[in-house]
Formats: sequence, structure tokens, C-alpha cells
Amino acid sequence: MEALFFWLFAGVAVGASVLVVGQRNPMYSVLLLIVSFAALTGLYVLLNAPFIAVVQIIIYAGAIMVLFLFVVMLLNVSKEDATADGQRPLRIGPGPRRFGAVLAVVLAVELIWALRQIASAPFVSPGGEGVQTSVKAIGLVLFRDYAFAFEATSVLILVAMVGAVILARKDPHAKDQ
Amino acid sequence: MLPEPTLNTYLALSAVLFSIGTAGVFLRRNLITILLSVEVMLNAVNLTFVAVDRFLGTVDGQIIAFFVMTVAAAEAAVGLAIIIALFRHRESLSPDAFTSLKW
Repeated sequence: MEALFFWLFAGVAVGASVLVVGQRNPMYSVLLLIVSFAALTGLYVLLNAPFIAVVQIIIYAGAIMVLFLFVVMLLNVSKEDATADGQRPLRIGPGPRRFGAVLAVVLAVELIWALRQIASAPFVSPGGEGVQTSVKAIGLVLFRDYAFAFEATSVLILVAMVGAVILARKDPHAKDQ
Repeated sequence: MLPEPTLNTYLALSAVLFSIGTAGVFLRRNLITILLSVEVMLNAVNLTFVAVDRFLGTVDGQIIAFFVMTVAAAEAAVGLAIIIALFRHRESLSPDAFTSLKW
């Protein structure tokens, strides 16, 4: 049963991700990425990580993807403007672009090859089964061992917020010119 | 019957997702889709953290995945702000339109 769900979620995640990359309309790309995130949430549940699964839905699908959708609608570019200058949407062209595509394929082959080299380990190592991964256990470790990183994250988010406001603001001198 | 998923299966799935994201960054000519591909890559890494976490029986990987998500949120906010500013200048989302810094 668990195997069935794993392959189901894995197939949905890979298929949706391929469509995200292959899609012309950015709106569909964003919506398909939400499908991919939902499938990954299922995988997190199978991996006994309910906290990450919920955070994935709330932060990724709920906040980040809404931000992306907002920008796509704000800029109102339904079709990729590559079609305007007669080029294909995928950047498969001469020189560095084709090189990039080859690099991505090489990366995939290399990663799979590296994974085949290590012996297939049993999924739960001895002593790994009994550990509880409840929100309480995560919170204890997060606020005890990772307290500094947690506080540093708050500074990072503050900086990102101020930076986003300054970058996206209209230039006040633009009207004079 | 379907094979039971092992740690290697999860890592292979993560590798495939990461490669799809890499291909998207290299191949697409739309700044928004490039950012979306980066999100796919970040999620692939998160899957690795959580899978290894389950394998080792700890919660540290989940906490690092949580930090990755917060960094992804900050990255999306700043990246989209930059995209809006760029779009105001050139009325285009193609990375080929922004070559002022190209040598």
C-alpha cells in the first residue's frame, strides 16, 4: 500500500515538474508547480514528517506560489515573448544553450549512476524506527540546538522584506524625466 | 507488484527532480519560469533531507528543510521584486533582453 502511494506521488511529482519546465504559459507553470508540491507533501507524509508536510502546504503552496501567481497576473504576460521574435520557447539553440541542456542530462545520469554505486540500504536503519518526529520533538531541537540559526533566519526575512519593498518600488524621479 | 521504496528510491527521485529543475534553468527563456525551476530544485533537496532524516531516525534534516523553505520564501520575494523592476525597464521577461552587463 505504501509502495503504491509512493509511486503514485513520485509519478505525479515528476510529471508535474516536467510540465512546469515544458509549459509556455507561466500561469499554467505556477499551477502545475502547486500540483508537484502537493505530491511532495504526500511523500513527506509517507516519510513520517507531518510537520514538513503541513509547512510545505502552508508556506510553499499557500504563500510562495500565491506570490508567484500575483506577479504573473500583475505583469500580464500570458505567452512567453520568445514567440514575438520568432524564436522557439525552449532555449535549445546553438552554442551555450545546447551546452546547458547537455549539462542537465549529464547531471541526471551522474546522480543516478552515483546512487547505483552505493548498496541499497534498508529504509529504516537500526534504531531509527522508534524516534518520534512529532511537532514537539522538532520544536525542542529547533529552539535548543538551532536557536541561533532560527534567530538569524528572522534577520534574513526582515532584510528580504525591506529589499523587496525597495526593489519593487516605483522610482520617485521617474516622473521628472 | 510495485517495488517497496527504499532510501535509494527516494534519493533517485530527488535526483530526477533536481535535474528537471536544472534543465529548466538552462533551457527556459522566461525569468518567472526560471525562478519556478529553482523552486523545483530546492524541493528536490528538501526531499533528500527528509528521506535521509527518516533513514537516520533524527529530526535535524526536517529542521534544515524548514530553513530551506524560509530561505526559499525570502528568495522568491526578492527575486520577484527584481523581476518587476526589470519588467518596468524593458517590458520584457526574456533573459536575453538584459545584456547590459554582458562583456
